[in-house]
Amino acid sequence: MTGSRIDKAGIRLDRKRTVNFRFNGRSYQGFAGDTLASAVLAAGDTVLSRSWKYHRPRAILTCGVEEPAALVQLELGAATIPNAKMPEVELYEGLQSESALPWPSPAKHLLSINRWFTPLFPAGFYYKTFMWPAKAWMWYERFIRKAGGLGAAPTEEDESLYVQQNIHCDVLVVGAGVAGLAAALAAGRSGARVILAELGAHLGGSAHRLQGTINGKPARAWVADAQRELAQMPELRIIRRGVVFGYHDHNFLTIRESLTDHLPLAERSGFRERLWRVRAGQVVLATGAHERPMVFGNNDLPGVMLSSAMADYAELYGVRVGSQIVIASSCDSAYADARLLLAAGATVTVVDTRVGEPAPGCRAHQAQADGITVLRGFVPVLAEGSAAVTGLVVRQMDKDNKASGESRELPCDAIGMAGGWNPAIHLYSHSGGKARWDDELVCFKPGPAMPQQASVGACNATWSLGSSLDEGSLAGAAAATWAGFEARPEAYAVDEPAIKATGTFWIAETGEPLSRRPKAFVDYQNDVSASDIELAIREGFESIEHIKRYTAMGFGTDQGKLGNINGMALAARAMGKPIDKVGTTTFRPNYLPISFGAFAGLERGELFDPARKSSAHDAHVAAGCLFEDVGQWKRPWYFPKPGEDLHQAVNREVMAVRGSVGMLDASTLGKIDIQGPDAAKLLNWVYTNPWLKLEVGKCRYGLMLDENGMVFDDGVTARLGENHFLMTTTTGGAARVLGWLERWVQTEWPDMQVYMSSVTDHWSTFAVVGPQSRAVVQKVLTGVDLSNEAFAFMGWRTATAAGVPARVMRISFSGEMSFEINVPSNAGKHVWNALMEAGKEFGITPYGTEAMHVLRAEKGYIIVGQDTDGSISPYDLGMGGMVSKTKDFLGRRSLTRSDTAKADRKQLVGLLTDEEKLVLPEGAQLTELSQAAPPPVPMIGHVTSSYFSPTLGRSIAMAVVRGGQRRMGQKIHAALADGRYVAATVCSPVFYDPQGKRLHA
Amino acid sequence: MLLITCPWCGPRAESEFSCGGEAHIARPLDTDALDDKQWGDYLFMRKNPKGQHFEQWHHSQGCRRWFNAERDTVSYRFKQFYKPGEQPQGVAVASDAVADGTSDTPWATTDAGSVDAGGSKA
Repeated sequence: MTGSRIDKAGIRLDRKRTVNFRFNGRSYQGFAGDTLASAVLAAGDTVLSRSWKYHRPRAILTCGVEEPAALVQLELGAATIPNAKMPEVELYEGLQSESALPWPSPAKHLLSINRWFTPLFPAGFYYKTFMWPAKAWMWYERFIRKAGGLGAAPTEEDESLYVQQNIHCDVLVVGAGVAGLAAALAAGRSGARVILAELGAHLGGSAHRLQGTINGKPARAWVADAQRELAQMPELRIIRRGVVFGYHDHNFLTIRESLTDHLPLAERSGFRERLWRVRAGQVVLATGAHERPMVFGNNDLPGVMLSSAMADYAELYGVRVGSQIVIASSCDSAYADARLLLAAGATVTVVDTRVGEPAPGCRAHQAQADGITVLRGFVPVLAEGSAAVTGLVVRQMDKDNKASGESRELPCDAIGMAGGWNPAIHLYSHSGGKARWDDELVCFKPGPAMPQQASVGACNATWSLGSSLDEGSLAGAAAATWAGFEARPEAYAVDEPAIKATGTFWIAETGEPLSRRPKAFVDYQNDVSASDIELAIREGFESIEHIKRYTAMGFGTDQGKLGNINGMALAARAMGKPIDKVGTTTFRPNYLPISFGAFAGLERGELFDPARKSSAHDAHVAAGCLFEDVGQWKRPWYFPKPGEDLHQAVNREVMAVRGSVGMLDASTLGKIDIQGPDAAKLLNWVYTNPWLKLEVGKCRYGLMLDENGMVFDDGVTARLGENHFLMTTTTGGAARVLGWLERWVQTEWPDMQVYMSSVTDHWSTFAVVGPQSRAVVQKVLTGVDLSNEAFAFMGWRTATAAGVPARVMRISFSGEMSFEINVPSNAGKHVWNALMEAGKEFGITPYGTEAMHVLRAEKGYIIVGQDTDGSISPYDLGMGGMVSKTKDFLGRRSLTRSDTAKADRKQLVGLLTDEEKLVLPEGAQLTELSQAAPPPVPMIGHVTSSYFSPTLGRSIAMAVVRGGQRRMGQKIHAALADGRYVAATVCSPVFYDPQGKRLHA
Repeated sequence: MLLITCPWCGPRAESEFSCGGEAHIARPLDTDALDDKQWGDYLFMRKNPKGQHFEQWHHSQGCRRWFNAERDTVSYRFKQFYKPGEQPQGVAVASDAVADGTSDTPWATTDAGSVDAGGSKA
């Protein structure tokens, strides 16, 4: 095949504007309007790439998105796009491209080597060859990757911008071929909101190839008229370069609109792609069909191409792919293609597998009359040539459809394949539709339509121009009518020759086994041949899904758009079953490869997961704080002084709290404001302990259980008024707890008069903690008596903090005297700074979550989610005293279930290692054995919290241990990852001040 | 992406909602009267039918209201949406299963206050 530009103008070309580009290291010139494929074809290039398994030379096979072979790496660096299909790349000035499969160089003629190797690479070759020894895979892999690699993934960050947009419409028409245009016109004329999405840059689909006239005009002229009319409709939006790649439930479809890829790099600005999220009232699918290749020997030789693609290149781009063309055909569209190729100056022969002389007036007869040689009843057997096609061997069929008759060798420099058409039922399949095989039409076509959906034109296996227009117009009008508009279908006057039924041809029945014949390819990208499919079946794979996976058929970037139907038919042939008994392929999104950028949209970097910061965040940053992510919150972790590491800083912070005073920013704790006459009753239901009689001015700690009786949150709740409470939750559990309360009130107790609202962000909370805490807050707070008598532990008071109204709670998560000052967040930073200033003379030390953890662990206070894991009851925690015996509450009944009440459950205990400085790893497994034993080693629990306690000068740990409360004083062992077994003594988890004297100071 | 009609807000995208599983499972009023198996049935046993299913939905990213829906678990088609406490149209749901708002206030218990551990630990 040597392509050349013909003088006749291609429809899409602007011959006044030349475009320079590079391909495989060489400079080329094309015209504005070219695709990369058409420009390279016009330059006469033949071998463009290598196939991935056998490294056979490959060229361009198609003129569309189904292209399996001609893949390129487009551009370099951050802008690189791997595996771009040459026919879908619109040419622009300065374009750079490399074949995705250039090894060995496509230009080198290593054909003979490839052909020798072919028998060595059967289906499942890699599975069979590289399985043993398993360790050697890493070694093999380097070579396989090099041999098989497609395009290279980008190594630099994608600098392009992507955006997503939601949109609603009455009617979404997918595809702007003649059927889609007819649908859009009928719906749009009614005033309905219509979106017409077309994956290419141009409307009209295959109109340039169609024979016949619409209302007396050629189809192309009608398309131009339709385009003009649609442009006038205010409620109709055309999305060009917009591929509908997913059809999801309830008519939710996703469109990737490409905005800048067709422009030279320097001219690109703004968003590269827009992902439209469409909710459509009605969907009209007019996605067309993909031409089916024909399976014969060496059908991958450069010069073999889809028949329609040859016609497309001639009509659209003025490129003649050969001067002596043979089209192997099973259907009538070949004749229209042949006439266009003849008009482009080629000599054309159509080899039709269907028998019988063409009747006058039919398409074959018209072609003959035009000067096209027509050979009926012959099937293609073998393409000849080494690096390019030199001829096609065809054989005449006998009356039993056996290719046993006369053999002819037809010299040619290009072979067209017109094996029939595969309706593009992908989107119909995404939507849940079940395709069915139609023996008459020889293809899969849509079964019953899904709700509010229609398939029209070629994707509905409707081949004629007139019927496609009628279907489209009818569906468009019906869709608009459904949406409440007045719409009527248009009656089109179409004059076209009748279309004869497609023939059934899958491979020449020469009687010779497929394994002995030259390779006949089914999947061009993954090098799956007809004999591979037969071999898979011989080896016991019967389901089409297994055959696909074993042979890799349909697993390439084209997802089997070209080859899958041939593959299924050949599988059916090998099994002696009808095609519909072999099974259908369920297509899933995405229809085409979609960039990750389009899915991410603007949610990248800082916007990916917004950070929540407390009001005093800037002050923490200024103090050199390091932060820890807790949920979305940035929580102060520790405040290192110059030269300090984590442990030194935490030890200093802990000792400051125990010895004098520290301050913790506790603003991230969840806060829920609960109001209403039944507020106390609600708390009584969701907490294990009683709440009805809590006095105003008091706080109480509560444990919240799920209905399984397991602890799922805890926190202190203050009674602000008779009907008003402020609940605090864990930082990570705030949303979950609010949801839990709302759910019960709405679904189970709708009569309860109670209202709740999250106020986490509204209040900032600073805990001033330590023996000197009273002295510090005294300097800042006014309007409150802070004496122990007037303001005892577990009370709360209103006050003014540095001029700001505040609620002060005397609660503690450290075991020290502590005042938690709650102020409106707007004034949070001001109050934090005032407290720091007031505390200077006492050496006030800001501390973070790490010191907080040590302080609470020294006191044996739990952290829900660390010391509990959804399988720990209040009794397991040794907190049975908090469980009311006189009221019902959520989870209560589960506490007496046989499993929840059994004695040897894992229970929370303290652990003191024999080796005092050794800090056990959290998660360490615990066992009664003192040294390693053969597995399975009986484990009795694990460490949940473990720290070095500067207060005690030794390590401490909390753990859940089977029957732990009965093991006090026992020695158990922790099995460490390095193989050591470390001895520890079970003890109370309260390591410090067990009487709680310091709290009440 | 399902299209879900919140009885208060109208049709909205699925991403605004969370599913709360099977509807019409009332919390037993007298939990002490149940043996472990009966309590276990309430806690764990769900129908998981193929076809018609009544389920709870929460407009969690919207008005934060709960409601019920009848949905076909095969076709994903919604047949109806209704508020808590309402009966689905044209279908009989097991009588013991509809307790939303129809029972006497089951939460009206008294505060005995005998085991007040609040404050022992904070």
